[in-house]
Amino acid sequence: MTSQFLFSGFGGQGILFAGKFMSYKGMTDGKNVSWLPSYGPEMRGGTASCSVVVRDKPIGSPIVAFPDTLIAMNLPSLDKFEDSVQEGGTIFIDSTLVERKVKRDDVNVYYIPATKLANDNGMPTLANMIIVGKILKVRNEFNEESIKAALGKVVSAKHADLFDVNLKALQIGASYEG
Amino acid sequence: MADKVLMKGNEAIAEAAIIAGCRHYFGYPITPQTEVAAYMAKKMPKIGGTFLQAESEIAAISMVYGVSSAGYRVMTSSSSPGISLKQEGISYLAGSDLPALIVNVQRGGPGLGGIQPSQSDYFQATKGGGHGDYHLIVLAPASVQEMAELTIKGFDLADKYRMPTMLLADGTMGQMMEPVSLDEYSDIKTFDKPWATNGTKMNREHNITNSLSLVPEELEQLNIARYERYKIVEENETMYEEYYMDDAEICIAAFGIAARVSLHAVEKARKEGIKVGMIRPITLWPFPSAPFKKAAPHLKHIMSVELSMGQMIEDVKLACECCCPVTLCNRVGGMIPDPLQVLERIKEVNKEVNG
Repeated sequence: MTSQFLFSGFGGQGILFAGKFMSYKGMTDGKNVSWLPSYGPEMRGGTASCSVVVRDKPIGSPIVAFPDTLIAMNLPSLDKFEDSVQEGGTIFIDSTLVERKVKRDDVNVYYIPATKLANDNGMPTLANMIIVGKILKVRNEFNEESIKAALGKVVSAKHADLFDVNLKALQIGASYEG
Repeated sequence: MADKVLMKGNEAIAEAAIIAGCRHYFGYPITPQTEVAAYMAKKMPKIGGTFLQAESEIAAISMVYGVSSAGYRVMTSSSSPGISLKQEGISYLAGSDLPALIVNVQRGGPGLGGIQPSQSDYFQATKGGGHGDYHLIVLAPASVQEMAELTIKGFDLADKYRMPTMLLADGTMGQMMEPVSLDEYSDIKTFDKPWATNGTKMNREHNITNSLSLVPEELEQLNIARYERYKIVEENETMYEEYYMDDAEICIAAFGIAARVSLHAVEKARKEGIKVGMIRPITLWPFPSAPFKKAAPHLKHIMSVELSMGQMIEDVKLACECCCPVTLCNRVGGMIPDPLQVLERIKEVNKEVNG
């Protein structure tokens, strides 16, 4: 079983962080993982994306050109990557920021108003983790124990106070129905 | 099981160097390897080491020469254009028989090129980028774990054979994160360095490290002796890995990130019943000619997958001595082939050789 995620959005939305959490989550579940950021001369506000591969067997290419799961947190990302998603794959969209619908009818789509949910809950920087919560729920991987273990690794000791609010963001995403 | 942490390839190099006992790092920032310097800047002051951002790449490699002469483990890192600048110092290190680890996290060239991954410094690394007759030991990691392992191995080989070693990675390997375990490398080898210029303490002759030798008869002998040593390296230190080669009719040759992409394609092709395998050189110099020479008479085709216009392919052709056709599958300029692109080529080749 190989899962190929592509996280994409603006710089500053926590795209790389969300990918990193997903990688640690895979690790704590005993899988092989790889995380590869796009890197370039972008500045804050530019585009950011990262490839995450989670696999039972050793991982070949860490580059995700054709994701089975796309996370698009802004319109340019959806425009750029919509066509690359594998047939039967899944797209998660921050519908607060992306106003259009997905054009394809051969993929599953979840529209989550993640930025709005984040603002309403007093966690304006955690729209990324709200979407991740929804992904885990949809994939049947919302296992609180391994989530906590992964969060413990990805939230540095210096920012330990952010652990609970990240966990809450994941729970908000997981319980969002819409 | 040892606890694993997620690390970027660049960070793994830096941490492994510290584990290997390297306490002196000199560099100059350049994408995509700057995390090596950043990690060293953070860690070295805490463990009594030296981190120094030099005024240029040439200054940094010259500082490496100085510390190596004094008998300490030392490292510098850069990316392609910066490595070109270091070539003078690298040739001097080789000419003075000094150990050091030089890391090249390659990006597209020539010139300033781009900042995306490439393997187009293969010739420069393996055939001598600087002047004169010399070789570097060149190590090509294909995972973040190997970035760490080969860094430690690189220091050992450099000390053992008194020659500079190069870790030849690329932007992908430097930027990607994978789980790494470094716990098992607590037992680090040390090497006597009776040649080190670390003070006579008034009880021996002065040691001198020098690459200047104005008497042709003497310089000739120095070169011959150095190549005798290279021969021992070739006999003892060649490393490679084989995948699905037992019954292979088609063989892929690839290193580093190209090997990762290719292995993905090989696995897919195997599922479709195509008899394809792969040989992954881990040392690029010395080049693992033996497995290619052994396999070539039984193969119908070899395909060299590279992020260059075809550099390693020359060594592959030499190794298999015209026993079988060798072709190139490549992307350049910072582009990386998709596994499906490599798979398509494998299928085309399979159709050609098996009808």
